[in-house]
Amino acid sequence: MQNSIPDGFPSTNDQEKLLADALALVQHHAFYMHRALDNNNLQDALKFSAQMLGELRTSKLSPQKYYELYMKTFDELRMLEVFFKEETKRGCTNAYLYEEVQHAGNVLPRLYLLCTVGSVYIRSKEAPAKEVLKDLVEMCRGIQHPVRGLFLRSYLSQISKDKLTDAASEFEGEGGTVVDAVEFVLQNFTEMNKLWVRMQHQGPAKEKEKREKERSELRDLVGKNLHVLSQLEGVDLDMYRDIVLPRVLEQVVNCKDELAQYYLMDCIIQVFPDEYHLQTLDTLLGACSQLQPSVDVKTVMSQLMDRLSVYAASAPEVLAEFSQVEAFSKLSEAVIKVIEVQQDMPLVGAVCLHVALLTFTLRVHADRLDYVDQVLGACVKKLNGVGKVNDSKATKQIITLLSAPLEKYNNVVTVLNLTNYPKIMEHLDYGTNKIMAVVIIQSIMKNGTFIMEADKVEALFQLLKELVQDSDGSPTLDELDEEDFMEEQNLVARLVQMLTNEDNDEMFKILITAKKHFQKGGSKRLGYSLPPLVFSALKLVRRLQEQDKNNEVDKVTFSPQEQGSSTEADEANISPQKVFQFLLQTVDSLSAVPAPELALRLYLQCAEAANDCDLEPIAYEFFTQAFVTYEEEISDSKAQVTSIHLIVGTLQRMHVFGVENRDTLTHKATGYSAKLLKKPDQCRAVYVCSHLFWIEDEGGVQDGERVLLCLKRALRIANAAQQMASVTKGSGGPVTLFVEILNKYLYYFEHGNQHITNAVIQGLIELIVTEMQSENTTQDPTVDAFFASTLRYIRFQKQKGDGVAERYAAIEV
Amino acid sequence: MSTSRKGSMMKTPDIQRRKVLTIGSFKLGICHGHQVIPWGDLDSLDMLQRQLDVDILITGHTHQFKAYKHEGGVIINPGFGTGAYSSITYNVNPSFVLTDIDGLRLVVYVYELIGGEVKVDKIDFKKAQPVG
Repeated sequence: MQNSIPDGFPSTNDQEKLLADALALVQHHAFYMHRALDNNNLQDALKFSAQMLGELRTSKLSPQKYYELYMKTFDELRMLEVFFKEETKRGCTNAYLYEEVQHAGNVLPRLYLLCTVGSVYIRSKEAPAKEVLKDLVEMCRGIQHPVRGLFLRSYLSQISKDKLTDAASEFEGEGGTVVDAVEFVLQNFTEMNKLWVRMQHQGPAKEKEKREKERSELRDLVGKNLHVLSQLEGVDLDMYRDIVLPRVLEQVVNCKDELAQYYLMDCIIQVFPDEYHLQTLDTLLGACSQLQPSVDVKTVMSQLMDRLSVYAASAPEVLAEFSQVEAFSKLSEAVIKVIEVQQDMPLVGAVCLHVALLTFTLRVHADRLDYVDQVLGACVKKLNGVGKVNDSKATKQIITLLSAPLEKYNNVVTVLNLTNYPKIMEHLDYGTNKIMAVVIIQSIMKNGTFIMEADKVEALFQLLKELVQDSDGSPTLDELDEEDFMEEQNLVARLVQMLTNEDNDEMFKILITAKKHFQKGGSKRLGYSLPPLVFSALKLVRRLQEQDKNNEVDKVTFSPQEQGSSTEADEANISPQKVFQFLLQTVDSLSAVPAPELALRLYLQCAEAANDCDLEPIAYEFFTQAFVTYEEEISDSKAQVTSIHLIVGTLQRMHVFGVENRDTLTHKATGYSAKLLKKPDQCRAVYVCSHLFWIEDEGGVQDGERVLLCLKRALRIANAAQQMASVTKGSGGPVTLFVEILNKYLYYFEHGNQHITNAVIQGLIELIVTEMQSENTTQDPTVDAFFASTLRYIRFQKQKGDGVAERYAAIEV
Repeated sequence: MSTSRKGSMMKTPDIQRRKVLTIGSFKLGICHGHQVIPWGDLDSLDMLQRQLDVDILITGHTHQFKAYKHEGGVIINPGFGTGAYSSITYNVNPSFVLTDIDGLRLVVYVYELIGGEVKVDKIDFKKAQPVG
């Protein structure tokens, strides 16, 4: 025989052997029992079945192994039951059998036999079901050993299941009522739980875990009783509320066993209908707070809330019930109480509870923002005093908490109404806060949510604080990953498109609010955040401009209603001028970055917009700033060339300037053009400036002479470039500049500039030919092709109708 | 081949570059267009086309779709894919262009988003047979 550990079960290998031995013996006795059954020998049947059942008296098998043995004997007992039934047909009364089996020597076999006869007895209806069941459930007290007792009572439960005196059952009436059935099951349940709990205290303390595992394996035996109760037709809400639940909870609370409490609470929630839970919420939640401190009550309550959430979604009529029983306030109070009582509940547990409550609230009372805010508020209270959360699990739960309303409402504006939302965000550490901010912006972009009020914009920027500016505790910008930073800031930039309102005054307030926050962003962020703001403001200007235009039209027609609307426009607070002021300040801020090229472009954009609004002084101011930026901050030669082209290109389109202003700016532009570093760049910039003197729009200046002067200047520069090139590189440089200027001559010739004559053009053509043929000149196929296509163009023009040919007639190619 | 514009406000890139490609029997030139002043002016763009000696010139800057056909070739401005603000063009319609080159034939398909609907147009250009 193997050594068995005192008060515990032998090791696994031993278990296998013990089970095998026991099964063999059961088989052995059963064989003889069958023989007795075949011979209708009651006494022998009883004898051998008792011996067989004797194997169940073992204490050495673990619950799993015991179960196997039990199942084997269970099958055999079914044969015996059939035999008993037949015996009663042969004249033996149930009462007699009931007596006989009690002669078995040992109490356990005796009780199994008694239950088996009991089953037949009840079915025969010779005695009221309730009496037999009452007797059996009490007799089973004879077994106090936990495992043996549990299986015995389980057997009782199994054979009685279909014989309970439920409403409308065949056994009801004389046999008893549903009240008796409930009483029977409750009693069996109570006793089984006591046995189950007792297992915890058997054996040495160091084997606690092993015992708990073994207990776990048996839990369904106990839980089954609750299941049976839930299946009883006769148990309606009243009976559940008044009898069943209080009795069950009494046992659950009084047993003071962590494992049992957790399992049974969970069982109750899963097994009974949700409407019952709703109506007994007080009782259930009351029990929750009376459980052992070590019980994971937050999971129990979360399960309950989850089930109720699903129930709420099942049918709209159900929602009214929820309000009627004040489910929300009961649950939220219970949550607070539990957290208070369980002092050492970890933070993640408390947050989890709030997440479950929030999920419930969002499903059941989505329209009650005040409820949602209340839940968040309770969480804030819990977080107060914690500071920044650095537990990663708790942080994850907080993110879940914050994301839930975003996902539910798909509308950040709704979420902005939750006063406690930003307070929770403050408890997130820097990195997580940014993650949350990104989630918020992504929600806006995904749902196409427009933020239409300045105060909402303000609230939004509070939430996005960590993205938009530096704060204490945030890492320096050098430490941040470049790419991540860029992505984040681009996201913020995109956000600007969503801050908009058709009302001009509100729109302006939005712009000011956004700028206020962006200003705090520091030099690295301004380059991302200010450009979209500028364009947003320019769009506002355009809108104002178009509205003004419409109002002007109305003024002209003098129609009565529209007169009213034009006065409205006059009274509006916001004017293009005010927006331009804003724009000037905003673009100015870029000097802090510094970003002169960007600033220059933006100044020019603003100048064009001012031009479109006929605001000459403002347009002039923007040009001034553009020039100042060019002078003081743009020193890279390539950047200078681009900038000059942008300035000239913009200036060329301006119609708002009077003669003086125009002259000043033109003079500046040409001056800077001539001062570019490289000669070819100078040349090109200067000939491009010629367009400043030739505006084809209505009322535009067309000063042919100054155009020619410009082109001649460009020619001189080109010459100088030629000479320089020949000196430094040994041969003349490419002739392309001459060809370009020739093309410009042709342009003005076509457009009717009288100062550009045939002779002028002819002269340049010949010059080019000479240069190209000169030995000093480097051959360049692209220049050749350019000149060739220019000549081709001239020839083509000579063939054209509409008087064009005549003009070109004198030019020889 | 598809053409669309990348905004020049993004990080002030070097947009002075021009590129000339040969596809089939066509030579294409690509340039941003801000250097060609007046902006959007056909004759000035013409000059650039002659300078690069290309059949097709693709340019931008104005955010407005334009396609010109003349004896020398085709000038295409594909407009702007996102319809972003332009100081030059009011109410920019988002647009892009696909060009199909087949032998001596060039077809330009223009896709514009106007009033929420996508409108497609087509422009044909046949290159003259090279002499000799």
